Parts: sequence; structure tokens; C-alpha cells
Amino acid sequence: MTGLPERTEKKLGLVIDLDTCVGCHACVTACKGWNDQGYGVPLSDQNPYGADPSGTFLNRVHSYAVQLVDAAAQIINFPRSCLHCEDAPCVTVCPTGASYKRAEDGIVLVNEDACIGCGLCAWACPYGARELDQAAGVMKKCTLCVDRIYNEALPEEDREPACVRTCPTGARHFGDFADPESKVSRLTAEREGFALMPEMGTKPVNRYLPPRKKDRPEEASLLAPLLDIKATGLAGWLDRVLGKI
Amino acid sequence: MNPAPSVVIFTVLSGLGFGFLALLGVFGSAGMAAFFLWALGYGLAVAGLVASTFHLGNPQRALLAFTQWRTSWLSREAWASVVTLLLFAPQAVSDWLGLEWGRGFGMAGAAMAFVTVYCTSMIYAQIRAVPRWHHWTVPAVFLAYALSGALVMGAVRPYAAWMLVLLGIALALHWHFGKSAFARAGASMESATGLGRIGAVSVFEQPHTGGNYLMREMIFVVGRKHADRVRMIAMVCSVMLPVLALMFIPGVAAVIVAVAVHLLGALAQRWLFFAEAEHVVGLYYGAH
Amino acid sequence: MGQPRVETSPKVSDEVRKTTCYMCACRCGINVHLTSGKVTYIEGNRDHPVNKGVLCAKGASGIMQVTAPSRLRAPLRRVGPRGSGAFEEISWEEALATAVSWLKPLREEAPEKLAFFTGRDQSQSFTGWWAQQFGTPNYAAHGGFCSVNMAAAGIYTIGGAFWEFGQPDWAHTKLFVLFGVAEDHDSNPIKIGIGKLKARGAKVIGVNPVRTGYNAVADEWLGITPGTDGLLILSLIHCLLQAGKIDLDYLARWTNAPLLVNEAEGPEKGLILKNAESQPFVIDRRTGMPAPWDGAGVQPDLGAVWQGHRTVFQHMAERYLAEDYAPEAVADRCGVPAGRIRGLAAELARVAFDEAFELPVEWVDFRGDRHASMTGRPVSFHAMRGISAHSNGFQTARALHLLQILLGTVEVPGGYRLKPPYPKPVEAHPTPHFVAAPGKPLSGPHLGYVRGPENLALKEDGSPWRIDKGFTWDNPFSAHGLMHMVIPNAHAGDPYKVDTLFLYMANMSWNSSMNSARVMEMLTDKGEDGEYVIPRIIYSDAYASEMVAYADLILPDTTYLERHDCISLLDRPISEPDAAGDAIRWPVVEPDRDVRGFQSVLLDLGVRLGLPGMTNLDGTAKFRDYADYMVNHIRRPGVGPLIGFRGADGQSEGRGEANPDQLARYIENGGFYQAHVPEGAQYYKPWNAAYQDWAVATSFYETPQPYLFSIWSEPMRKFQLAAEGHGFLQPPEHLRERLKVAMDPLPIWYPPFGEAAAEGFPVHAITQRPMAMYHSWGSQNAWLRQIHGKNYLYLPSKIWEAEGFAEGDYARVTSPTGEIVVPVAHMAALNPDTVWTWNAIGKRRGAWALDEAAPEANQGFLLNHLISELLPGEGRVSNSDPVTGQAAWFDLRVRVERVGPQEWAEPAFDMLPRVVPKGRARA
Repeated sequence: MTGLPERTEKKLGLVIDLDTCVGCHACVTACKGWNDQGYGVPLSDQNPYGADPSGTFLNRVHSYAVQLVDAAAQIINFPRSCLHCEDAPCVTVCPTGASYKRAEDGIVLVNEDACIGCGLCAWACPYGARELDQAAGVMKKCTLCVDRIYNEALPEEDREPACVRTCPTGARHFGDFADPESKVSRLTAEREGFALMPEMGTKPVNRYLPPRKKDRPEEASLLAPLLDIKATGLAGWLDRVLGKI
Repeated sequence: MNPAPSVVIFTVLSGLGFGFLALLGVFGSAGMAAFFLWALGYGLAVAGLVASTFHLGNPQRALLAFTQWRTSWLSREAWASVVTLLLFAPQAVSDWLGLEWGRGFGMAGAAMAFVTVYCTSMIYAQIRAVPRWHHWTVPAVFLAYALSGALVMGAVRPYAAWMLVLLGIALALHWHFGKSAFARAGASMESATGLGRIGAVSVFEQPHTGGNYLMREMIFVVGRKHADRVRMIAMVCSVMLPVLALMFIPGVAAVIVAVAVHLLGALAQRWLFFAEAEHVVGLYYGAH
Repeated sequence: MGQPRVETSPKVSDEVRKTTCYMCACRCGINVHLTSGKVTYIEGNRDHPVNKGVLCAKGASGIMQVTAPSRLRAPLRRVGPRGSGAFEEISWEEALATAVSWLKPLREEAPEKLAFFTGRDQSQSFTGWWAQQFGTPNYAAHGGFCSVNMAAAGIYTIGGAFWEFGQPDWAHTKLFVLFGVAEDHDSNPIKIGIGKLKARGAKVIGVNPVRTGYNAVADEWLGITPGTDGLLILSLIHCLLQAGKIDLDYLARWTNAPLLVNEAEGPEKGLILKNAESQPFVIDRRTGMPAPWDGAGVQPDLGAVWQGHRTVFQHMAERYLAEDYAPEAVADRCGVPAGRIRGLAAELARVAFDEAFELPVEWVDFRGDRHASMTGRPVSFHAMRGISAHSNGFQTARALHLLQILLGTVEVPGGYRLKPPYPKPVEAHPTPHFVAAPGKPLSGPHLGYVRGPENLALKEDGSPWRIDKGFTWDNPFSAHGLMHMVIPNAHAGDPYKVDTLFLYMANMSWNSSMNSARVMEMLTDKGEDGEYVIPRIIYSDAYASEMVAYADLILPDTTYLERHDCISLLDRPISEPDAAGDAIRWPVVEPDRDVRGFQSVLLDLGVRLGLPGMTNLDGTAKFRDYADYMVNHIRRPGVGPLIGFRGADGQSEGRGEANPDQLARYIENGGFYQAHVPEGAQYYKPWNAAYQDWAVATSFYETPQPYLFSIWSEPMRKFQLAAEGHGFLQPPEHLRERLKVAMDPLPIWYPPFGEAAAEGFPVHAITQRPMAMYHSWGSQNAWLRQIHGKNYLYLPSKIWEAEGFAEGDYARVTSPTGEIVVPVAHMAALNPDTVWTWNAIGKRRGAWALDEAAPEANQGFLLNHLISELLPGEGRVSNSDPVTGQAAWFDLRVRVERVGPQEWAEPAFDMLPRVVPKGRARA
């Protein structure tokens, strides 16, 4: 059923804090590890010890250089995975109904039993969120760890996506964007979270928090010397300093 | 985009096949000639459709592709092609065996054949993430190829020549608009990352030094530097040479030569159609 | 068609076993999920003090390490020429008998002929003890080529180091400044901490030539020129002194600033003035008279002059107030504008003093003075290899500690906090032990802290006791040894030749050596007699590393999930500032190969050699295996490797008799134990009576050890005095001048040693560890090698543009001693005179079970080939810090020229023959 739900009860998604992400790739392999044994077929690797190793990953961390006009260049680490768009083009293009957006929480999923591996959904996604597994021939994508977040076999505190659970800096947040009081909604509001490529009309759910302003310290008042040390010598300085005790 | 042989052959052969079937559906033929001509049309269309399944990771589930016609152009294309092939069947039998069942099935089939080609084109034209494809000239080019190819194969000389000229115009427009399509779509590394608010964005490090599906499938850049040459080959082969052949070479030879070069041109055009199409995901890899 | 039903509560695994990660040296707690007896998923342990549930990219990829095709499968004996890779599989019995046949005669005749060095070993208190029982002075772990400057400068100054031995007070700090930190110790805790600071909008400042990782998220970045951090720090000190923005009360109470420096000419000059009882003293401001340094109620006078002797404080002020340290004088050299140095000084002062706060916690200091509250100064620092891997690294690290001390931010709320068993002064550490005697154990541990020339490991003729020349005039404070010098020295027979080189987990023929190509030659070199110059090499590793091919006998180790390990308070524990902690590893899966945990093998060898401590009087084994040792070994009465669940009832903490159930209790507890610092003892630990009492109770030392921070280092001054000609023990002439400079008792900056020889090599070349890869280990990991399968040399815009580089180009990189040709990429966020690359991505073809066409082996590269292990000049002096012997990796200077596109990096080495089959499919 590749029609998009008119609305979803919840809008589950991620907030990714670009001010905090140090680019450690922890989320990349935590995702790989969980999903290699979790929802659907494993995430295969081709030529894992060969000349051109290449496998399926549902989350990859890019690293960009940003050149400013009036300050030093910056490096921004940038995790990229499915944004669980409200107008998800990857869903509507699917010929088999394998690709769908859940009515209850808005998670975009692939029903692998129905996936013919045509790749059209991956083409339709502007964000590169989908990778066709080369061993199984089915489309893989971020499930928002649908097999963790409701999993009654896991302790309550672990019911969050593997990438969020593992992130050492806490740069990833999971929650319901439909709830204005949720952490993700509040962070988005407070830190002016933005959507990627809004011009594509996909209405992403995930939000990115922009890096805070860097290298522009508020006009620091520089330290004033206690006195003219050249004139007074060390003795003068000592008197002045120690007089303060 | 990766110009996979399966999709290039699929779109070219099925387009030509359905166009030719439409021509037969409207104008008909008789006797063994009809048998062979209908077989040729069916052969091309079906070969194209079969080629498309080579692109699938799990072709054994292909029947599921008929379920989502309400939203999916690929699903619609599946339905349209089957309906079209079924509609033509009684017409073909009638023509071959001289059953005189009229041209109703043929006419309906012809209409559906163009619907099918349109659906095929919309599989690509619907994709906003590939700005070069997301344009009305894509269905125009696909339909013009189907129609002109069919007319050339049918040796309908003056109409074929005029249709080829129209194809040439469609191609020229498609390429013209294609040049600026990406810019018009408004996507940039700055918007893709949202970091444009800070400064000019470039790639420092790719996420993995190893390759991946996205890079192979959607960030195919090898073909782009040959684009102008391939465009020339496509225009000369699919339009100019067939026109000249039809005008200056007499008899069946003209048709054979014209069809052969036209097909070559169509393959070149379609290869380029994929190879030069820039997917916006390339922005994340600094590929645009 | 409706929405498919998704199983949202699938069973995750059959069982979770909690152990300790070993994908790097961070020692995080992990939950290992097992399904049908196989490892199916690894995640962080939420209860664990180190990682609190999170896990890095390496840790989460552990499953690929445990199934890596590069795992060694059985003991091997070399059958062809060394380096040819021709081995035969042998039984363990044969392997151990062979080792014993080599080692036994050495122990009986000349134990120093065994050189036993361990690499990324996490059981140093055990391996060191074994070497001590054997009786060879030649033992150390890898700290010498890692970061001993960091450790030693910290111990000699504040009684504790950066590294992982302390951390900022994450809960209170408002300004966090990092010097030279990439993915160093402590990996996940620093990430967790930075995340906390970011969450509450606290400020992070990164001082680093390269703006990646932590420096990328830093709110301010100072792209300093390598090797000049010390100068920058001393300039900050200059600014703070000039403005009087220093914590005088802190200096007077807790540091040796008020002690008097002997000004009388002669052999005592510059030493701390002592009274008749040989105790240092201060001048009490209340009386103007001498008073005990630790007397109750004494108010030390920082400005005192007594009989012509001035305080440390005055010496310090005099030095750093000099115009040489003005920001304007150092800016060009540091590559940081003077305005930014002044801005940073002002920011430090503002946060330390204007944002100071009081924690309402009452405490009593060691003098007996009662304090109603604890003053917080919310500025904290961290530093690692970037500053320490230079030949001025010890002094630079000391300078940074001085900066912290002047701001009064060490061991206070909001500042830098040490983790038990630290703080611990030099006096509480052993001195080095090195006197070898046939058939006898060493009289004490090998590694220690030198107090003066009398502690040097020198024979009567002045020649070194140790093969690595540790604790000699070349590098007196080499508290971690110099592993990088073992092979070159053994090959040169300087100071003597060894018979057997026994290495554990150390890739010495590749990324762990300077000048790797030359080291390979040394390992295969034969003397005139046709015998190898280094006659025998025993090597233990779990994987087919580059080093395996150069050994004669291979003892295959297990992977980290198949073994026992002990992360002990006796060496590198997993403490937090508020709790001492230790941990274990235990076999959560059994090996499917004929391999054994190295520590158990070492015990077995020990029994076969009859080593004391591990052998009963009847010659039987005292310990069944390493697990048995972890429980039953007694280091001092009541003190063993693990502090938790001691005593017959398992209720004792720190001290207590061995408990046979101890490991079971650890496993039950998630694989670790924590002893919590009591309320009121959490800050001011070196001087806090409550902490000192707790530390004694918990077994860190036998009596309280309060001490003063050493702004003025007396041990250093003793060496300077010797260099000036005082005393019986005198340095060789060629080292005299450099000792005078390097052993300055006050922190000082001098140019890195490379500089003089680097005329014509204007560019600094350094490496950083990638966060997703740990040294060589990651390259065999199917997931991690997709992230970092090859490396580029990153060039700053200045060089990129001047040389006309383009994407896909290679560059020829030349140093005074070597040349490589490597792929390059552009990086704008980089010091303009610096190039850098990721560390240890390059591999040798044939190693690690990788395909011969693997990118690691063809495009990947090392900078090691450009670095000489010796400094130019006489005496085979190591390319290391002159104080500690830390390998000066980052002193490297190069020239960079464009060579255009090419396919392979150079030098390309011959393929190593395979000792395990090439890896194909993933497990």
C-alpha cells in the first residue's frame, strides 16, 4: 500500500545535533550491528577483505568543509540516514507496496517479502537513504529501529534506535515530532532545527540542529596588566600581587 | 545515474515494440506477413519487458508489481503493458488468419500502447530527485521515439521523416532544458547539508573510503565527460541518418538501414539519458 | 491491502554476557549478545562507569574482530628464513618446550639476554611481575612510543596525568580547553563529556594544528604550529601573571610555590631549602619566620626572601614575566595571532575567577585546617599526543600543568580531577629496578620514578643496564621504557646484544616502529657467523599482523571475547574521579582454534622455568591459569589484582584475603567493581584528609600521602646540577648541554630537536588516530575497513595552491631521512605549515588476511618511513624526548612536491607470505 497515510498519529524521527557530532562513526556501526541481526535480511558486505569492500549501511557519516568569508574554515560532521519524510516519494513510486509509511508513527519501512528490488524507491529518495542489499536483492533502509523502540523484550530505557543509544556525545535524539512538548520538538524549536533540501518537497521529519557560531568570541575584554612591570621591576609586581591576599 | 544495460534495452526495445504494435493495430497487415510483423512487434515489446526484469533483485516476485497502480507509475506501466499486449492479441490473430474482426482491438491497443510508453517515461519523469528527468520533455522524447521508430520500421516514408524531425526537436528541447534542470531545481550542497547558512560547503572526507550502492547507482559520472559526443551520435543516428536513408535510399534497404541506425541512436540517447542524469544525492558526495 | 504487521518485539538473543571491550584501550563495558552460542550483537553496558551504555564505532564492530579471517589458528615455528613467512604448525607442548629451551639457559646465565616487551597489553602489572621474576631488566610496555611524556610530566608535577588518569569535572566545568587531542585516551569518556558540555552550552576550545573531531566541534579553534604548544602555554601564563589573575591562595596552600630555593652557589644550588630535619619549610606570613610546610594554621608567604633565598613563586614569576613570553613575541612561531593568545588568557581568567563558585562541602586538609566549602574554578584542560609526542613534550606537558595550577583548577570543583589511585606523588611510586643476577628475580619492579641521578639504571662503568637505555642520561625519567629503541639497540649491540626478543601485541616491523623498513632489515640481518643478529624472536598476537612473519616462534593469543583479563588498580584501572574501579574480561565464547590466552601461557612458561611467585616448592603451578592468578595472586598482604568482593565472604573492598568466588561476583556485577570515594573526599584529594584515609583503606598506599604540587621540580634540578658539573655521577659530554636545558626545574620551551636538521624541510608532518580505527587492528575488520580503507595526506590550502595540486594527485614527501609518494587531499581547516594523515591505515601486502590488492596495502601509507629512530650526531641518541625517552613522532619535518596522479603509494614493499589464508566471505 504505497499510498501515504493522510496523517500519522505520531511523527517519530531523529534530531541530529551538528554542533555536537564529532564524526566518530559510532552510530554507523551500531546501526550495522543491530540491523545485521534485526529487522529483515542481514546487511551484507561484498569483498569484505578484498580490494573494493562495499556493504550495505543504513547510516553514514559525511564530513564537510565549510569555508567562511571572514573566519577560519570549519569541519562539520554530518550523519545521513532516512528522514522518514511526510511526503515520502520513495513510498509512492513503489510498484509492489513493499515500501510504506506506517499510519501509527510515520516510520517509513520496506516489507522485504514484497520487495522486488527494482531500486526505484532509492532513485526517488533525494537523500540517499536507501541501499539495495547486493546479496538479498531487497531494499534496506533505516527502520528507526522499529524492532527496538516498542520491543517488550528490551528494558524500557533501551527502547530507542541503536544509533541514539550508542552515540557517545549524545548528538542524536529520538522522539515524536507530533508532540510539541517532546524533546525533539523542543530542541528543534530552541536551536532552529532545519530540514534537508526542503526544495524537494518531501517534508522530512528528521531535523538537524545547526552548528553554533564558532571562532567569534564576544569581544573579549583583554586582561589589563596590574602595573608597568618594566618600570617597577619584579619587586613592584610582587608587592602589587601579594598585597591582594 | 547508472546506465545499466537492462534499463537501456528495456526502454528502447519496449518503446519501439509498442510503437510498432500500435502501427500494426491501426493499419493492420495480412497473412504470413501479418504473422511475422505482429511477431516482430510482440518480440520487441516482450524482449524489452523481459530485459527490465534483469534489473530486479527479486524477479520472482514481479507479479506484486501489479498491485500499486493507484500511486506507482511502474505498477501502471506493468498493467498498461499487459493490457496492451492482450488487446492486440485478437487483432493479430484476426490479421494473420484473415478473420476480419475489424480494427477495434487494434485501435484500442494502439491507444494503450502509447499509454504504456507514457507510463514508462513517467517512471523517470516523476523523480524529482533527478531534475533532468523531472520534465515534460521526457514523455515527449519517449513517445516521439516510439512513434518515429514505428513509422520507420513500417516504412511509412513521409510520415516517418516528419516524425523523425519532431523527435529531433523533442531531443533538442530535452537536452536544452536538461542543461539547466539541476540549477532550476534549487538543490545545492548548501541546501542538502543545510550548512549554506555558515559558508561555502565542500566535501572534506567521504563517509566511507569503500564504495557503496548509492555511488554506483546514482553518482555515475564516467559518462558525463562524453556527453556532447554521445548527444551528437544520438541526434545523427536516431534522426538525421534515418531521414536521409528514407529520402535517398530506395526500397527495403532504406528501411533496414534506417531502422538499424535509428535503433543505434536510440540506444545512445537512452544510455546518455541515464549516464548524464544527476541525482541530487550526489550533492552529499560533492559530485555535482 | 493493509499495512503489513511488523514484529516489534522480537527476541534479541538467547543470552547477554557482560565483559570489557578491547577494541581500543578505553576499556568500556559491553553487553555481548549470544544466539545459539554465537556472538550476534554487541552494545555498550549502561551500568558501566567508563561508557555508561554508549559505544564507539570500533566497539560496535567487535563482532567482526572475533570472526576476522586474520586470526592465528595454532602455534607456529619458523622453518624458512626469517621474514619469509615459512612456518609449520606445532603443538602447544612443542611450542612451550621450545621457548623454555631458549629461555632457561638465559635465566641461569644472563637474564638480561631476554628482552621482553609488550605492546597494547592491558596486563602490565602481570607481565612486568613475570619479567621481574625472570630477572631480566629488559621489560617495558609500549608507553615509551605512546605518551610517556603525558604520564611522567603529570606525575612529576601534580601527581597524576591527563591520559585517562583524570578528567574534567564535567558536571561543573564551563570552559574546556584541549591541547593536541585527537582520538586519544580517553575515547568514549571525552566524547560523553563534550556531549554534556554541548548540551548545556558550555564552551570548548581546541588547540590543534588540525580541525577534526573534537576540534571540529570546538567553539574556538587555534590552529597552532606543531611543537609550539609549550610556548603558547607559557605566553598564556605570562598574560595571567602580568594581570595578577592567578590563584594565590591555592598556590600558597597546595603547591611548592612558597618553598624556598637554595641560592647558595654549589652542589645544592637550586634545590629546595631544607631545615635541620631535612624538611622543606615556608615563611609564615603571620610571623615572618620559618614554619613547617605542613604545619596547621601556617600562612605561607609567597613573596618571602629568607637569608637571600627566594621562593619558587618569585623564580617562576621572574621567568614568565619576561618579554620573551609576551604574546607578540611568540605569535609568529606558534602560528596563532597575539590577539587570540591574549583573548584566550582573558577567557581563562574570566571563567576561573569571575565564574568561581562554592560547593557547600565541609572538609579538613592534611594540616588539620578545616574548610567550610570547596571553591570551584570551572576551567578544565585535557591534552594528549599532540603535545607529548615531541622532543619538548615533557616540558610542554609540565607547562600545561603549571597553567592549571596557576588558575587553581586542579582537583577543585569545575576543574581537572584525578581518578584513584591518583593523586599519587613521585614519592609514592617505586624507583626503577634493574640489577640482573643469574637465576635471581629482580629486586623490584622495572619501571618507576627517578628522584635523581642516583636512581639511573647505569652500571659502574656508566653503561646502561637496560637494552632500551631507559633511565640513563639519554632520558632519565623514562618511566615507561623505550620500546621503540629495543630492536635498533639490540641490532647495534648498543649497549649489548640480546639473545631472545619476546614481544606481545606489538607491531614492531610496521606501524609501531620509527623507520619501519630499516627495522625489517634489522630483524633479518645476519652477523659474520651467519646467525641472526637478534638470534631468537618469540611473538604472541591474536592476528596475522606484519610482525608475525619476523618471529621464530608464534604463540597465538585469543581474541578479547575468548579470554580472561584483569583491568587492575595495580596498573591501568577504570576509575572515575568519584570511584576507584577495576574490571575483568572473561571468555564469553570459547575459541574455535588451537589458541591460548597469552597471560595463561606466560604462567605456564613461568612454571616450566621455575620462576618464583608462580611455582610451588614442589615445582607445581601455583596458579591454574590467568583467571586463577587474578583471584589468588597476592601483591602485598591483602592486596591482589582486583579490589572488589575480597575476603572469604566477598564483602571486603580494596584489602582482604582472596575470595574463590571473586570472578563469579564480578561477572554477576557486569564485569567490573567500583569503590566509591566518600562524601566530602571528592575534591582536593591530595590534601583532603578524608580522601587520604579512604585511599589507604582501599589499598592505594600504606600511609596517607599528602603532597604539594611541584611547580619547581627538584628531581629535574638534580640532573641539571649534574650537567653543571656537580656530583659524582656525571653525564657524558655530548649530553651535558642538552640536559642543562631539558632538565630545567621550571617549565620551559625549546624548539623540537628535529628543527636544526630540518633546513629545507619547512613543513610539519603529523598523524592523528581516526575515531573509527585503532592502530592496525581495524584493518582486518570488515566494517571498519570500509570506513577507513585508505588514507590521504591532507595538505593545507597554502601548499595545495602553491604546488598546483588537483584531486587524484600524489605527492612526494621527503624528510631528512626518507621519502614516500602518497595520495593527497585538500584541507582548509589546517595549520598552513602542517600536513597530516590518519595513523596506521597503511598495511603491508599479505598481512591481516587482506587481499593483495587491498587499498590499505596499495594506496594506504605510513609516515613511519620518514622518521629516523636516531637523532643526527654522535652517540646513537634516540629521536625522543630528552627527559622521558618518549618517541618524538611529531617532530617530523618534510618537503612536499606534486607528482600528479598515480595508482600506488611508495615505498611498495614485497608481499608478506600469508600465515593465514586470505579472507573471503564475512562470517
